[in-house]
Amino acid sequence: MNIAHLLNALPGAVAQGLIWGVAAIGIYITYRILDVADLTVDGSLCTGGAVCIIMLLSGQNVFVAMLAAVLAGMLAGLATGLFHTFMGIPPILSGILTQLSLYSVNLKIMGKANQAVNVDKYDLLVSLRYIRGVSFYKNPIFVMIIAIILITVILYWFFGTEIGCGLRATGCNANMSRAQGINTNFAKVLGLIISNGLVALSGALLTQYQGFADINMGRGAIVIGLAAVIIGEALFKRIFHNFGFKLIGVVLGSILYYIILQLVLWTGLVDTDSLKLLSALVVAIFLAIPYWKGKYFKKSVVKKGERANA
Amino acid sequence: MLEIKNVTKVFNPGTVNEKLALDNFSLTLEDGDFVTVIGGNGAGKSTMMNAIAGVWPVDSGQIIIDGVNITKLPEHRRAKFLGRVFQDPMTGTAATMGIEENLALAKRRGRRRFLRQGISKKEREEYKELLKILELGLETRLTTKVGLLSGGQRQALTLLMATLQKPKLLLLDEHTAALDPKTAAKVLDTTEYIVNKDRLTTLMITHNMKDAITHGNRLIMLMDGKIILDIRGEEKKKLTVEDLLHKFEEASGEEFANDKAILG
Repeated sequence: MNIAHLLNALPGAVAQGLIWGVAAIGIYITYRILDVADLTVDGSLCTGGAVCIIMLLSGQNVFVAMLAAVLAGMLAGLATGLFHTFMGIPPILSGILTQLSLYSVNLKIMGKANQAVNVDKYDLLVSLRYIRGVSFYKNPIFVMIIAIILITVILYWFFGTEIGCGLRATGCNANMSRAQGINTNFAKVLGLIISNGLVALSGALLTQYQGFADINMGRGAIVIGLAAVIIGEALFKRIFHNFGFKLIGVVLGSILYYIILQLVLWTGLVDTDSLKLLSALVVAIFLAIPYWKGKYFKKSVVKKGERANA
Repeated sequence: MLEIKNVTKVFNPGTVNEKLALDNFSLTLEDGDFVTVIGGNGAGKSTMMNAIAGVWPVDSGQIIIDGVNITKLPEHRRAKFLGRVFQDPMTGTAATMGIEENLALAKRRGRRRFLRQGISKKEREEYKELLKILELGLETRLTTKVGLLSGGQRQALTLLMATLQKPKLLLLDEHTAALDPKTAAKVLDTTEYIVNKDRLTTLMITHNMKDAITHGNRLIMLMDGKIILDIRGEEKKKLTVEDLLHKFEEASGEEFANDKAILG
């Protein structure tokens, strides 16, 4: 347990946390704002990576490649949205259906289970090779902070618009929204599109960062995203009330998740193979806390006898 | 104004739970009518409102508002014509959004939503003035999340939201039933005030016969998805609770006798 190893790994953890933070923001939009656990993301993250890497390898500009990745992710979101609204399939199942079909789609895009891109040959926006020894503006941490700020500003603006407010209202109370003339189906589909666009962007960035795309790279993305959302909310709930800061809180949650992951690995108690098991358990416990709080630690002013009468 | 023509709605058709909720139901309202609706559980009161609001499609018949046939329109497109307040105070507002945001949502009812700002400075001033009508002190708490308000405050706010864009028809579905008597009376006063001020055509379901008599210019009683009593004008003004109970027994008794006749 050499502390130098841990310190060495931290900048990478922060960069990864920032990149996954983009996906976490997307998951926040569906999970918290739309009140839907969207499992599409496990597939659309890889779709973003696959589209990005194939575009890069065919000589496209990195920004064009990322734009294409975002559009592909949005299409995946649209598919889930139509499964849910047009075909009446429950949202979780809709997500699973899209996720499964994306496995084939992603294989078709990449042509095989993984593709690599060499940072020396291609001009990438972020790479783990840039963590040290490059000018600060090429450092993935710097690049990602700028990207996150941009995304937050755009989303802050959007959710303040008439359409954005309609989307928030739909997630909060769909009956009321329809009574106020909001097309809740449109709002749900739009939310899924935006969310999966962000998740695919995260996948495109991750692919560049690690230098390859892999058919399994999105597995468990929903859990990592939820972990980020939950950690971010638990730690910053009392400080961040503004919507924009809440999104920043989610990204900080994602960074913390990757730092904690590094810490756990560094202690040597858990090997990398068991990480997903550990992540799932941690998220399960965090999800259970509000339920347990309500069930076992409820401060009630009503005494038991009175409750029986009520 | 509102014409409901021969509307039928059956829930769970073909199952043991099959229920004829609206039975060839017809009702016509004139402009400015304030109709109170009473009837027992399962009489079809809420079903009638949900049919108008388009919560689900009806099996047959037509619903026409101001000459526009809305029978086939989805719920969110009918919202243009309708202001709605529900029984459950949780239903009418978005709890995680602020008071002003809720009002801004209601302000845009029946209009296309774009990427314009969801709420403007000018609107905020307008809402402050409007909230004063309620006399609940909400005008100083514009950004407070609606989830933090009491049931009565939320119903009053929902009422304001329902009438912010003057609706062709205001639907009140037992909107004071979940409130304590004092708050209920206050919300009902506000209702009366707003309806009179804007001369709104209104349908109000209530379980309180006294309220049904004191408010509005017409009273209908529903049973088994049909109107069994329709009292208006001078006759309604003279109506007492005893009269109503008597008429109720008379009307339902007849119904009972009919059933017996069929079975016998």
